[in-house]
Formats: sequence, C-alpha cells, structure tokens
Amino acid sequence: MIRSDRILGVVVVIVALVFITSAYNLPAGNLFDKLGPKAFPIIVAIGMIVSAAGLILRPDPEADWPEMPSLLSIGFATLVLIGYAYSLKPLGFLAPTAIAAAILSYQISPRPVPAVLTGIGLSVGLFVIFKYALGLGLFALPRSLMG
Amino acid sequence: MDILSNLALGFEVALSPMTLFLAVIGCFLGTIIGALPGLGPSNGVAILIPITFTMGLDATAALVLLTSVYYGAMYGGRISSILLNIPGDEPAMMTTLDGYPMAKNGRAGDALVISGVASFVGALLATIALALVAPFLARIAYKFGPAEYFALYALAFATLGGMASNNQAKSALASFIGLGIALIGIDNNSGFTRFTGGNLHLADGIDFLVAIVGLFAVSEVFFFIESHGKGSAVGVVLGKVTVPWREIWSTRWTMLRSSAVGFVAGVLPGAGASLGSFMTYMMEKSIAGKKGGFGTGVAKGVAAPEAGNNAAAGGALVPMLTLGVPGSGTTAVLLAVLMTLNITPGPTLFADRPEVVWGLIAALLIANFVLLAMNVPMVKVFVRILQVPPEILLPGVTMISFVGIYSLSGSYFDLLLMVGFGVMGYIFRKMDIPTVPVILGILLGYQMENNLRHAMTLSGGEWTYLLSSPISIGLWVAAALGFIAPMFLRRYLRKPQMVTD
Repeated sequence: MIRSDRILGVVVVIVALVFITSAYNLPAGNLFDKLGPKAFPIIVAIGMIVSAAGLILRPDPEADWPEMPSLLSIGFATLVLIGYAYSLKPLGFLAPTAIAAAILSYQISPRPVPAVLTGIGLSVGLFVIFKYALGLGLFALPRSLMG
Repeated sequence: MDILSNLALGFEVALSPMTLFLAVIGCFLGTIIGALPGLGPSNGVAILIPITFTMGLDATAALVLLTSVYYGAMYGGRISSILLNIPGDEPAMMTTLDGYPMAKNGRAGDALVISGVASFVGALLATIALALVAPFLARIAYKFGPAEYFALYALAFATLGGMASNNQAKSALASFIGLGIALIGIDNNSGFTRFTGGNLHLADGIDFLVAIVGLFAVSEVFFFIESHGKGSAVGVVLGKVTVPWREIWSTRWTMLRSSAVGFVAGVLPGAGASLGSFMTYMMEKSIAGKKGGFGTGVAKGVAAPEAGNNAAAGGALVPMLTLGVPGSGTTAVLLAVLMTLNITPGPTLFADRPEVVWGLIAALLIANFVLLAMNVPMVKVFVRILQVPPEILLPGVTMISFVGIYSLSGSYFDLLLMVGFGVMGYIFRKMDIPTVPVILGILLGYQMENNLRHAMTLSGGEWTYLLSSPISIGLWVAAALGFIAPMFLRRYLRKPQMVTD
C-alpha cells in the first residue's frame, strides 16, 4: 500500500543520492583538512537513506490529511504567501499586506467584511508599529510613487 | 564566594533601566504569546528574533528580552489551559487536566493564582540552580576537544530525536534533513560551494532564522486554515480573583518536588519542558494516590505541572549556555540568537563574556518577580487578550514573520524559502515528523562538521580517535541509550503528542 511515509522516504532517498553524486565532485581532503569537504555530506546522506529506508519498510498509519477543499485552500494560501513575498519590495508594504492578510483571515473564518477590515487594520497597524516604534526601513507605497 | 561576586556583576548589568525595561516588555509579550493558542514559546521567540536584531540591541539586551519572553510564555501557557481547556503551548498541556475542571467548578481564579505561584516557585528555583550548576558544568566543558564535541552533538540529536517522535526513524530523518540543509552553501574550510544547484542566493547558505520562523510560525497558519479556527472553544468566565493562601501552602511539597524533577528534565538534552510537566504530573498523581482526586480539579494537579514546566525551562538553559547544545526547541531558537550575535556559547562564554551570562541570570531572577506580579494580580488583562480571534491573530503572526525576515536580509528569496519551510513544517507535523531536530541540524551542522574534520586532522584520519577519551565514550553510550531507551519506555510512558516546546 502506498502511504505518505513511503512517498516521503523515496523522495528523501532521491535527494540523498543527488547529495552523494554532487559530493563526489568535491576534492578529497589534504594534510591540513584530512576529511575535506566531501566526507561529512556523504555521512549525512547515508544517514538520510538509512532513516528513509525505515520509513519505507515500516510506515506509520496514514497521517490524517484534510479533505480536498481544505487542501486546496492551503495550497491557495501558499500561493498568496509566495505572491506576497514577490510583491513586498516593488509594491510597498501597505497594499500587499492588506490583501494577503485579508485573504488569510477570510480563509480562517469566511466572513468577508471582518476579513477586509482585518487586512486593512493589520496592514496599517503593523506599518505604524514597525516603522515608527521599531524604526524598520519599510516603504508604505511603491517606490516609484514615492519618487 | 565566587557566585555572589558573579551575581553582583550580573545585577549591575541587569539593573540598568534599559535592561529592566526590556525584561518587563519581554515578560508581558511572553505571557501573551504563551496564553494565545497557536503561539508557543518557540514560535513566539522565533518571530521576535529578526525584529530584535533590526532594533540594534546589543547581546545582553537581546538575550534578556528574548529569555524574558521565553519565561513569560511558560507562565502564560497555563491561562488558556485553565480557561479554555486548550493548552496555550505544548508544555501547558498537563495543566488542562486539573486546571479546566477547577475552572468549571467556578474556581478559575484560584486555579490561575495557584498555577501562577507554582510557576514562580519552579522558575525561581530553576534560575538559582542554573546559577549554581552552570559554572560547574562550564569547567568540565573545558576538557572537551573536537572528538568530545562531536559526540556531544550526536548525543543532543539522539536524545532530542528519541523523545520528540513516536517513531525513531522519523526523528533520525528529521535530524539528517536538518544537517543536510546546513551543508548548503560555501564550505568555510575549503571555499568550495556545495549543493546550491548553481543558485547564487544559496551560496551564503540557508539562514537558520528563516527556517525557524517558517517551520514554527508560518506552518501554524496552515493548521488554522485547515481547522477554520475551530477549537477556539467558549471559555469559562473568570470571576473575582482572590489568593487561596491555605491551598497554596498545602501544595508546598508538590511545588518543591516538581521543581527539582522539572529542572533535571530540563537539563537533559532533548527532554524539555513538555516532558518536565508530564513527569511531575504523573509523579504527584501517584504520590497522592486515588484519594488525591487528580483529574477532578485539585490544587496539586495544577501546581505540579506548572512548577515542573517552568523549572524545566530554566534547566534547559544550562546545556545551552555551557555547552552550546540546546535542551529543547525554544533553547534551540535562543541558541540561534546567540550565534547570530556572534556569541559562541560554551565554557569560554563564562570566562570571556561574564557580563552576558550573569546579566542574563540576574535578569531572569528579576523577570520572575515581574512575572509573578503580572500573572497573579494582573491576570485579568491577559484573559482579555485571549479573546483575540484566530482570524486576526494568525494573519498578524504571518505578516510579522514576513516583515521580520524581510528586514533582516531585504531579499524576496528568503521570504520564499520561509514559505517553503512553512509548507514543510505543515507536512512534517501532519506526518508526526518532529521539526525540532531539523532546526537543531541546521543550527549545529556547521559546528558538527568542523569538529569532525578537526578531530580527523588531529588524528591523521584515524576514526577510532572519536572514541579515544572516557568523556567521548560516555557521551556516545548516553547517545545510544537516549535514542533507544524511549522505544522501550514508550509502552509505559505515553508521551503527549508532538513535543514542540
């Protein structure tokens, strides 16, 4: 039976093999650094393979994954956060923060008006705290508008 | 006496107005962080770290602030355990067993006061024990060479990993993944870039703060999206708060015993505060016997776990300060703070930077009294803060995490990594793979490799050198026992799920 433990185990084994191949291209040690840069990564990769083998051979009972709609909304939240990460610099703090916070708030409790208010409140409130109380160098608006 | 002059030095540092102010702020924030379900000591400290750095605090000040938060969170965790039957953080789980029934019987105020006093006793005794034990351990640590340190790191992984999951393979996997992540970037010894896949952003390696905030704070929002914030149950109403002196006095032995056991549990690498509260509750339950009425809302059932987990919190600082090996998730986060401040914990810290160590200890002693004042007379303030709904709290935490990490490096790439770690944290916690060993691996990977390479260079490539001293043999034996023993003890000791403190 395919369980998520087994899937993760296989993924880890593949990553570990990539690690080992990549480590083999590193130079061997010398007199002043007996092991050199390649030995420890190989030890770690072997450790990864051994423990991943444990997961593949004796997986735990399947984890309690959420239903499809919840999975989709977690995936969507991830996309929102990725978008937020990209937009924070070019678009300034206020607008992206308000939008991202409102979406997350709506996802936790689906009531549109409080969610929008949460987004705006958090964005303005955090900006004031970070900028004026803690003195972080944030830009409120896109830099092109600020001149 | 040595310790008195050291403490005098410490109080000189700690009694400066700025340090006192930070201790009070830290205690206040910490109690809130501990009380709010979904925010525990490790993720609370994690999101505050980047902000602390951008404020430009010096080492002592930053450490005082963050350890006050840590102590505060241990106090605060009990508030939601008692009022909502939801542990505010992992170590406060055992407090729900008697705290909530007590609150349902209309004695919420008594439960809060008794547990507050128990927290104070546990934390105070542990801080004093820390001041006594730490210098002693630091002297032993002078005997440690690279082989011993390598063994010590292995011990930390083994015991932390052994305790942290119900499946040893998963703990080991988490440790190795952490170590693997630590290897990414330029190798400082040889100057070769490793495992970056040609990505320039990765050349400097992955900042452990990014990983910590992602794994601990960002992953939390996914859990709340999954549950739609349900589980934030309706709480019990808190009436007038009075101090039940006689009942507090009746728990005096419970508090003392639990403080001692909790402290020892905290010092052991990997055991941490959750285990401390678990062990003390179980111990007191069996001492009281059937007539003790544990589980129905008795004072001792509230006092034991709170004294235990607060004492463990102090105990966990001992290995972190003297050996640079954290005893729990939150001390791992605090270790990250030290490393970012360019302070190497370990025996030399006590000799070279006594003002940091003793200033910290003195500040913790002061913080305890501040916390007692906040958590007994002012407890109602925090009860009000508990009513912040998750749909405001969690987006807020996420945004603070983003700003914190962004202000450290100003790079969108670190933010993407942080989101990645958030997803990883969610998946791992779902699969019962502990995330604390991952953090430990990222934190200690560099040191571990360095010590191994030093040891090998010293010995001319002779692997038996790793086992050449009694100390290192003892550490390896302890590591093996620490990793294997939980497998057998598990039959008798059902560990509370997911130790994340």
